[in-house]
Amino acid sequence: MINVEDIYFTYPNGVEALKGVSLQITDGEFVAIMGQNGAGKTTLVKHFNGLLKPTRGRVLIDDIDTRHVSVATLARKVGFVFQNPDHQLFSETVEDEISFALKNFGFDEKTIKERVDWALNILDLTRYRKTSPFMLSGGERKRVALASVLAWDPKILILDEPTIGQDRNQKERLRQFILQMNHQGKTVVIVTHDIEFVAECEPRVILMSDGRIVADGSARNVLTNPDLIAKSWLLLPEITSVLLNLNNLGFPANVMDVYEARDLIIERLGWDRK
Amino acid sequence: MFDGLKFRNISSPMHRIDPRAKFIYVLTLFVVAVFFNQLIPLLILFFSQIPIIMIAKVKKEWLRLIKGSSFFAAIIFIMNVISLHFYSSYSSFALIIEQASAMTVRFIVLVESFSIFFLTTSPDMLGLSLEQMGIPYEFCFAFTTAIRFVPVLAEEAQTIIDAQRSRGLDIEGGNLMKRIRNYIPILIPLIVNAIRRSLELAEAMESRAWGATKKRTTLYVLKMGKRDYCLILTSTIILAVSTYIWLFIKIPTLTQILNIES
Repeated sequence: MINVEDIYFTYPNGVEALKGVSLQITDGEFVAIMGQNGAGKTTLVKHFNGLLKPTRGRVLIDDIDTRHVSVATLARKVGFVFQNPDHQLFSETVEDEISFALKNFGFDEKTIKERVDWALNILDLTRYRKTSPFMLSGGERKRVALASVLAWDPKILILDEPTIGQDRNQKERLRQFILQMNHQGKTVVIVTHDIEFVAECEPRVILMSDGRIVADGSARNVLTNPDLIAKSWLLLPEITSVLLNLNNLGFPANVMDVYEARDLIIERLGWDRK
Repeated sequence: MFDGLKFRNISSPMHRIDPRAKFIYVLTLFVVAVFFNQLIPLLILFFSQIPIIMIAKVKKEWLRLIKGSSFFAAIIFIMNVISLHFYSSYSSFALIIEQASAMTVRFIVLVESFSIFFLTTSPDMLGLSLEQMGIPYEFCFAFTTAIRFVPVLAEEAQTIIDAQRSRGLDIEGGNLMKRIRNYIPILIPLIVNAIRRSLELAEAMESRAWGATKKRTTLYVLKMGKRDYCLILTSTIILAVSTYIWLFIKIPTLTQILNIES
């Protein structure tokens, strides 16, 4: 459980990135944090594993105040996958890369081997076990970074911009993967600009702007609200946009699912569904 | 602290001055600061820069720089007090304190004059003035690129440290060997990314016909104006006056003026 109590954060260079954020994320929730560049999304999630400590207010992870424990201690519970895999890959082989964190956390040899095998398998990387991570493609490197965090099985998983540089197929696989992790009881928090991706995942959406939370609710309620979306400098999901433009034909304004839209259109046209 | 040495892109009379004139001014401050080792002239030198900083509109960055350098200043002060106490003929404690303060203020003046130059001179202008001084363009370009990438690299290093700490890396822990080994997961991504970026930069430059002609022309041509000559003249006067004072006038110490003897 993540409990954020009215936090403020100012960077050493004087930029006030968070201006009073309160938030509760319960176990097993799937949350997407959205907003324009500089809204404070990444700053907020960096508080979840103690990389940043609030200037004012406090963050509790399972009732532990992040100010009083090390990042390493929190990281055991909160896995953080950074946006750019090139900021973390350094090992000679993919296998070593994945076992790095496991060694840091003091797992024994046998467990390390099992966990590495499991992580390689689940992200379809087994054939690259002995390959240098620097030889892989961008998408594959991103998967290695994800595997290296998943390996220690953190309770809470934070993904910063997971869809950047991923093609359509990889995005769909990522989505399946996230949902699967979520169904297994993990709390998943993603930080993203990718509104189409979020519309397909339908998580709880937290919209941020200028260091504050401006909306918090179901994806359907937040992402189909044209005013909110415009204020946050985002664009509506394509489907919502299409139906919104057909508003005068009596289509509802809060649809973002392709299949739902298809059914509505078919119904409107009076066709028989076959 | 490095923010105090990073170019601040605003418009002020000080920003518009020719880098060469500014460089002469800063050099003069340097020389004068090294001339004197008494507290009074160094203090005057320190405070006389404040109006310039106001004109340049960089008060905030300057204050941060002073704050950032206070740690080193404290070390210099303590080292001076200790060494003067044991290895000099100064009899009174007040004099030792004054002398140590003078050395500390000298350090701050040197840092301060550096920061005035770098806060108000863009790397582009710096490169341009080097070029107009006849230095081959390749060197100017390498120089300005190096300066420009320092903050980028610093930021990247911070991100990498964050990423590895999130994977349970404890940078501070362990004995010396372990500590050195702890830096491997940080240095490798940093170096790999720097090399990758330099290759990308080289490709981007080539695709924009870098080095296609031997004789390059520039969009801006630096030309000395009235203000620039004024600053150079002021610098020369400051230098001349201080040389005269240094040679012929005995500067009293603050201890003498205040008549503290212990």
